[in-house]
Amino acid sequence: MYGPRVWRWGGISDPLSEMQRLQREVNRLFAGTGRYQGVDYPAINVLLSEDDVIVTAEVPGLEADKTDISITRDVLTISGSRESEILKEGESYHRQERTGGQFTRTLQLPFIVDSGKVEARYEKGILSIKLPRAEEDKPKKIAVKTE
Amino acid sequence: MEEEKKEFQKQVSQTPVEQERTRSRKTYVPRVDIYEKKDAMVLLADMPGVDEKSVDVTLDKNVLTIRGTVEPKVCKDHSVYYTEYDMGDYERVFTITNEIDPNRIEAQVKNGVLRLTLSKAEEVKVKKIAVKVS
Repeated sequence: MYGPRVWRWGGISDPLSEMQRLQREVNRLFAGTGRYQGVDYPAINVLLSEDDVIVTAEVPGLEADKTDISITRDVLTISGSRESEILKEGESYHRQERTGGQFTRTLQLPFIVDSGKVEARYEKGILSIKLPRAEEDKPKKIAVKTE
Repeated sequence: MEEEKKEFQKQVSQTPVEQERTRSRKTYVPRVDIYEKKDAMVLLADMPGVDEKSVDVTLDKNVLTIRGTVEPKVCKDHSVYYTEYDMGDYERVFTITNEIDPNRIEAQVKNGVLRLTLSKAEEVKVKKIAVKVS
């Protein structure tokens, strides 16, 4: 449905590099604390419309009460932790491919959002956050007067 | 950097051509954790977008197949701005040993994680055969 790495931008500056720049900086801040290092987790998709932006992330096994979503103007931060099994004595792993533990991800959104009207849902392992555009950031139509 | 990213992205399944499916949807290999408890094996599979109605677990002789189907979310009026993942179905096949009792497999799905508890078969009791003296 969506090809990988498909994006388009409307402004003059490249918002993709903005997001990645912010992400790299945050990752550097947290490097070495045992979190996911230098890797963007979870994978996110961003859908855009005139009035809002929807961010979806695949995070199966999220601990709902430990999830933290915070917004500052046009920066969204998602952090939380995935459940990880604690094995008792005598139990052992045959295979371990899933990763558990803490993660944090920061995104630069294309416009300022109204933080009071943000909705977040977690369903079937997919976290989706709907962020409506702030009124003051909406484009204003300017009428052109003709003589 | 690209290699690191690949590790966390979903792995596209490498189904051989003969096993084509009726749907032309992408199929992914879900990541699993398998660990062994005293009397059971536990398998956890990451399948975001799947709930108990869209998951399929079948055991055919010694072959365990887990399948999940995902309905892609369509958001009207929204255009794609940035993507890092694609949505698709999941499938993975395992061969299990005779250690597992095929009648005692429990499955549950919570938040996109499938949890299978495969109880181990009770040990076959050794029968002592009495030898009669003729």
